[in-house]
Amino acid sequence: MRVSVKWLSEYLDLSEIKPVDLADQITLTGIEVDDVTLPALTLENLVVGKVMAAEKIPDSDHLKKTVVNIGKDESVSIVCGAPNVKAGQKVIVALPGVKLPNGLKIKKSKLRGVESNGMICSLQELGFSDSVVPKKAKDGIYILPIDAKTGHKALPYIGLDDAYIELDITPNRADALSMRGVGHEVGAILNQKPVFPEIMVSDDRTENVDEYISVSVEDEQDTPVYKMRIIKDLQVVESPMWLQRKLMNVGIRPIDAVVDVTNYIMLEYGQPLHAFDYDALNDKEIKVRRARKDESLVTLDGLKRELNPDNLVITNDGEPVALAGVMGGLTTHVTEKTQTVALESALFESSVIRKTAQSLNLRSESSSRFEKGLNTAVIEQALDHAAQLIADLGSGQVVSGVAKVETIQPEDKKVTIALDTINHTLGTSLVMDEVVQLMERLGFDTETSARPLTVTIPPRRWDIEIEADIIEEVARLHGYSRIPATLPKNESIPGELTPKQQLVRETRRFMEGAGLSQAISYALTTNEKAKAFSKHDADPVKLDWPMSAEHQALRMSLLSGLLDNVQYNVARQNKRVAFYEIGRVFHAVSDNKLPNEITHLAGALTGPRIEANWQEDEQDFDFYAVKGILEEWFIMLGITDEISFVPTQTFEELHPGRTAEIRWQNKGVGVIGQLHPALAEDRDLKETYLFEIDMDILLDAEKDTLIHAPIQKYPGTKRDVAFVVDETVLHDDVLSVMKQNGGKWLKAVKLFDLYQGNTIEEGKKSMAYSLTYQNLEATLKEEEVTADFEKLKTALVENLHAEIR
Amino acid sequence: MEMEEKLSALLEKAKIEVNEAQDLKEIEALRIKYLGKKGEVTNVLKGMKDVSPKERPIIGKKANEVRDAITVILADEKGKLEKEKLEQQLAEETIDVTLPGKAVTTGQTHVLTQIIEEIEDLFLGMGYQVIEGAEVETDYYNFERVNLPQNHPARDMQDTFYITSDILLRTHTSPVQARTLEQHDFDKGPLKMISPGKVYRRDTDDATHSHQFHQIEGLVIDENITMADLKGTLELLAQKMFGKEREIRLRPSYFPFTEPSVEVDVSCFKCGGKGCSVCKQTGWIEILGAGMTHPDVLEMSGIDSKKYGGFAFGMGPDRIAMLKYGVNDIRNFYLNDQRFLEQFKRKG
Repeated sequence: MRVSVKWLSEYLDLSEIKPVDLADQITLTGIEVDDVTLPALTLENLVVGKVMAAEKIPDSDHLKKTVVNIGKDESVSIVCGAPNVKAGQKVIVALPGVKLPNGLKIKKSKLRGVESNGMICSLQELGFSDSVVPKKAKDGIYILPIDAKTGHKALPYIGLDDAYIELDITPNRADALSMRGVGHEVGAILNQKPVFPEIMVSDDRTENVDEYISVSVEDEQDTPVYKMRIIKDLQVVESPMWLQRKLMNVGIRPIDAVVDVTNYIMLEYGQPLHAFDYDALNDKEIKVRRARKDESLVTLDGLKRELNPDNLVITNDGEPVALAGVMGGLTTHVTEKTQTVALESALFESSVIRKTAQSLNLRSESSSRFEKGLNTAVIEQALDHAAQLIADLGSGQVVSGVAKVETIQPEDKKVTIALDTINHTLGTSLVMDEVVQLMERLGFDTETSARPLTVTIPPRRWDIEIEADIIEEVARLHGYSRIPATLPKNESIPGELTPKQQLVRETRRFMEGAGLSQAISYALTTNEKAKAFSKHDADPVKLDWPMSAEHQALRMSLLSGLLDNVQYNVARQNKRVAFYEIGRVFHAVSDNKLPNEITHLAGALTGPRIEANWQEDEQDFDFYAVKGILEEWFIMLGITDEISFVPTQTFEELHPGRTAEIRWQNKGVGVIGQLHPALAEDRDLKETYLFEIDMDILLDAEKDTLIHAPIQKYPGTKRDVAFVVDETVLHDDVLSVMKQNGGKWLKAVKLFDLYQGNTIEEGKKSMAYSLTYQNLEATLKEEEVTADFEKLKTALVENLHAEIR
Repeated sequence: MEMEEKLSALLEKAKIEVNEAQDLKEIEALRIKYLGKKGEVTNVLKGMKDVSPKERPIIGKKANEVRDAITVILADEKGKLEKEKLEQQLAEETIDVTLPGKAVTTGQTHVLTQIIEEIEDLFLGMGYQVIEGAEVETDYYNFERVNLPQNHPARDMQDTFYITSDILLRTHTSPVQARTLEQHDFDKGPLKMISPGKVYRRDTDDATHSHQFHQIEGLVIDENITMADLKGTLELLAQKMFGKEREIRLRPSYFPFTEPSVEVDVSCFKCGGKGCSVCKQTGWIEILGAGMTHPDVLEMSGIDSKKYGGFAFGMGPDRIAMLKYGVNDIRNFYLNDQRFLEQFKRKG
């Protein structure tokens, strides 16, 4: 809502306060001010000029040489390109030195050899948007009324000598979507009582509205109030300057005096109105009803709208003639030829208007007001005022009487509240008199004789209903700055992260310590990416109405997003990329249920793990570097013994020979592997390693209590064994043979050499392990160790066909 | 006397030879030569049998003196040589300490997580719990339970990604509050919680809009909670995030789930309130929304709003990070450009 300070001054004395300070006060006590504009600051030096002569410049197709009188005897030569410039017009002249809102600075110049000492301005050049400029002034200069005073300042004629305050009105304060509403609000802020002019209708008593029209409604819920007046013997003329000026400056295009008055009254009272061309109606009955299936209406904008029973329509002779509260129909709208106007002022059910405006994508000043509610006390007052003004401007007459359906009466509301409740909620120590005074500033009557306090709320503040609403009014008018700052004085309870939240944090720190940076990617992605890398056997959760294919489905794996990140960085010369992400993936359950949300941990690594330096050669990330990170993380979680890595070829996005399923307690919980070289090539990536793990399962797992084990005091005995086996034998196979046959003293097994090459038969590999034997109670005897060691070697030979070397 | 002279001569000879020794090996050889079992001192003492019993104690004493003296000479020279050897070793081992060290590559926490953890820690310290909820929610919990029934005009403030007509991506973390409220047992104490997490809005991504961003909401419900408590809590928060000298101001606003509702501005941390480009010349920067929990919200969770009340607040870590670090494009937080993320490694 754009508020003209001059217009507001019609109700309040604002002579003592600067617009900027007023805006500050409004922001701090009432409604957020988005912006204050003072066009006069830069446009001071515009003058009214009288065009004395305008002649075509011979060698130009559109330029004219004009002589413009700018006051007293002073005339200047100006070259003007506007098609509508003519001798005798009063125009707005920008003299050299003026800087226009579009940045143009006016200078003396010569065009086609003709001196030009200024500029005759269009409204657009003065900062008005195309959408508010009257249609006939759109393609040329703006012509002032003939009685404009030559040589005087031009700004007042177009309202640019005013200040405009742009209010950002929240849905609860729709009462301030009108100048009178703003008048009440600013009055409360400044502690002034606003004064509004009284409107008297001088109607023609020789005729009654009944002779013209009758109104009815199908459903009183949809249309609790519907009123109509008739204005006859009209001429539809252009609005006077004062009206055009007020409308243009708050963002509404002047059309003609009838439409302009409806808009003007809507701005003043917040009550949307609609004017029908009475002569275009087929009969004398107006009925408001729901549209029928298959009905349609051509609206004012010329578009044919298909209607349905969600839409409320105004009908005449059985046919829709307007979309109630949203837009009028084309056949009944007011034209230059209109002589009789049927003027509507009504109250429609907000949700019906909202649905219609939404489904037809037709949001208007009018529909948004109906959606947010109206001041029921001014429905008829606005109608009267508008009718009289239309009659005045068009030399017509208001027919006496109002055709109406009125099922509700505007009523005051009463809210009772104890002073204690106010002070308890706000932490203040206000006394009753202070509260009463604040209510008086709002124009609310109070009844204090019987406690608690009873406050009477007029219909214009329909947002106030409960105690908390009164408390808010008290708080803001008293001033939030005067509320003390304390901390809750309640029972103290320990605040702590849950064990799982703590582990998530530890995991972040662990991954960062291991050299991975945290990424946060979008959860919404393409359909394909949402599914990639996931073994979950269902379609992703998809948006009903996505904004783009890029963000239409919820991810089932974090890896696609991480790969995008890797690709982005590699393409920008970041050679080493190592990311982890902890985030949700989403598994659809069934249509009407919430999906399962599972927290995953994923990582993507490529490029040098160690960059080449003066001591070392470059070493790239490989499978084992990444596996090592996870192994250490499993130690941190205390689940190492329950984890296994099992070769898998089931992930089509991963290298079939370099991928392992990660199992916990023999259940698949994740994957680690190399991005499939074909996919890597598509993305221009080198070897890239990925992992993804269901973190919820692992963090929720029951863990044994950690109990310190004593440091071993008896030394261990070491034995090394080296052997040759088939290359298909896995390290895990060796480990399990050793574990089963190693005897009770075998405490640790470590692979220290792995070799394949010319000294080894093809298809075979040499492996060397270091074994540690230890007795926790006593020093081990050589013979004990030797016996076990020999048994183990035999087992290797028997089970794995190992040749001991 | 002959033996005495021999001993003296032996000492003199040992002095010369030890002095000329080049390394520890020679010293050891000299020790054996003079003091060994078959050494020269022993050798001289073999002549004791020819010495008169009267002189024997004198010669014996002399012999011990010579033996001790040679021992000392040897030890001194050994020490000297050892020291030289060590010095030589140290000299050889000298390195260029200005060469670069071996790189330790650590990753860093995403800047948004840093901000979220910082806020979590502040509130944990004040006895709050951290509760994360689902990102996909029902219309009922996301809207109706926070006082936004179907067709409420305020629903326009939040354009929503729907999955079905009842299921949506949460537009704020408020459903977590609604779900926690209905489960909380006030016999076990007040409810003090914050809920951080991702939220989603139907917005076209540009420099200042993102269809995915983060939010942290806080909620305190108990008997006797006042708006002054809200103000004090937010003042602490503002000072923690933006510096000790910060002030806050509350302005009236509207949220369906609080009444009264306020926007909270913090005095500009760039200019201190004088007016600059960061605060658009106002001296104040809007950082969060807050208010006293609407009685309807409590009643819908089965809580007696006459007995219990409290406050709620909500803020955007993305916005805080943008303000605090001068980030001018919100998309940077989700692009994961390492060159961007690594700037926030610095903690001091």
